[in-house]
Amino acid sequence: MSFDLSLIASSLPKILQGLGLTLNLLAVSTLFGLILAVGILLMRLSRRAWLVWPARAYIYFFRGTPLLVQLFVIYHGLPQFGFIRQSVVWPILRDPYWCSVIALSLNTAAYVSEILRGGVLGVDKGFIEAGKALGLSKFQRTTRITAPLAVRLALPAYSNEIVSMLKSTALASTVTLMEMTGVARTIVADTFAPYEIFIAATIIYLVLVWIIQTAFTLIETYANRHVRKT
Amino acid sequence: MADIIVLEKMNKFYGTYHALKDVNLTIAKGEKVVVCGPSGSGKSTMIRCINRLEEHDSGRITVAGEELTDDEKKIDLVRREVGMVFQNFNLFPHMTVLENLTLAPRLVRKTATAEAEAIAMKYLTRVRIPDQAHKYPSQLSGGQQQRVAIARALCMNPEVMLFDEPTSALDPEMISEVLDVMTDLAQEGMTMVCVTHEMGFARSVADRIVFMDHGEIVEVAKPSDFFVSPKSERARTFLGQILAH
Repeated sequence: MSFDLSLIASSLPKILQGLGLTLNLLAVSTLFGLILAVGILLMRLSRRAWLVWPARAYIYFFRGTPLLVQLFVIYHGLPQFGFIRQSVVWPILRDPYWCSVIALSLNTAAYVSEILRGGVLGVDKGFIEAGKALGLSKFQRTTRITAPLAVRLALPAYSNEIVSMLKSTALASTVTLMEMTGVARTIVADTFAPYEIFIAATIIYLVLVWIIQTAFTLIETYANRHVRKT
Repeated sequence: MADIIVLEKMNKFYGTYHALKDVNLTIAKGEKVVVCGPSGSGKSTMIRCINRLEEHDSGRITVAGEELTDDEKKIDLVRREVGMVFQNFNLFPHMTVLENLTLAPRLVRKTATAEAEAIAMKYLTRVRIPDQAHKYPSQLSGGQQQRVAIARALCMNPEVMLFDEPTSALDPEMISEVLDVMTDLAQEGMTMVCVTHEMGFARSVADRIVFMDHGEIVEVAKPSDFFVSPKSERARTFLGQILAH
């Protein structure tokens, strides 16, 4: 087979037209997912069974099924129900962008809540006890001691999840969105050159991942400045 | 003198394990009590019950006039009046020394930041490390960290100080700098309950020695009596073991 370097070069700017939507999906879903994850985390860490079990079920369901299937259920499955098409949420569920955001957010929330739970469980009990002994209330201990230390512990795993999310945004192309992978697929359909086009897409994804990794390295270094010895 | 800590027939279980058995102990304001005994004897569990880091299962605990029950408000009231120093220091690692010292006064006592910092510097000076105020705990030696921990507890201006094996995690050369600070504190009249294996400190500072074994208070005596002529066989065995070298 022939290999056309110039095709890679010429398709790069075209694929980059999908960059905005890729980053948009990543940012919006990560934000919604994080907010949802904190709520699920608080439920999961509660002592009340009626809060714990729904959280466990949620995590089990969204970690236990493929993201692609979740996306299809939301985009293709839910509109099968007449009452959904009649409901106020139909303008949202009709839109592939919002379906993608919902699927990505719901999915990442399950993972992030577990990542954060790992952080919370990793906080040395001694620090909490010191807070108790000083008379800090439960809320003060949570916000001043547990949360900041848990976030630091969770950062490496969280950066992993962001990288994973970036790649998951490619699934939005399966519901017609023209993010980078969607654009790449369209070009492939025109040129019949999947090799060069997807290599071009790969290069862009790798650059984005490098940026995410570097950003998290900087954040971790800053957050752990207290660990450094003089 | 007024009694500040009263333990009456206190029992504590871990599952089926009987950790504290009918513990009775009254500590007066200004008194210095050293609790000693073999490991697993319930010393730490007992002092951790005094500020309810552990919950007792039966009996009564009264601290600074408040009985400790499930009532969270009363627990918080008691904890404000009871400072605690831990074996592993437990300084908040993400805060500077000064932030460690001012956190509780600001949040719990609602002290203004500037005033809280002034108080913090006063106590840092007293534990002889005012120059470390802006460092993080990980930048300090173990002995310095433990002195910061003592200063942190003192910033709340407590009625009582609890020490849970404060020198057990320290390298030998750092033990004396911590004991010196504790001795100063005792001389200033602070009420102190110390779980420690430092028998030299116990001898020179304690008003009373409480000897525990298997969850029971076996013997309570003045240091002069305890170290010279312990009444119980168990105390004799214990002293023989730790003073042998």
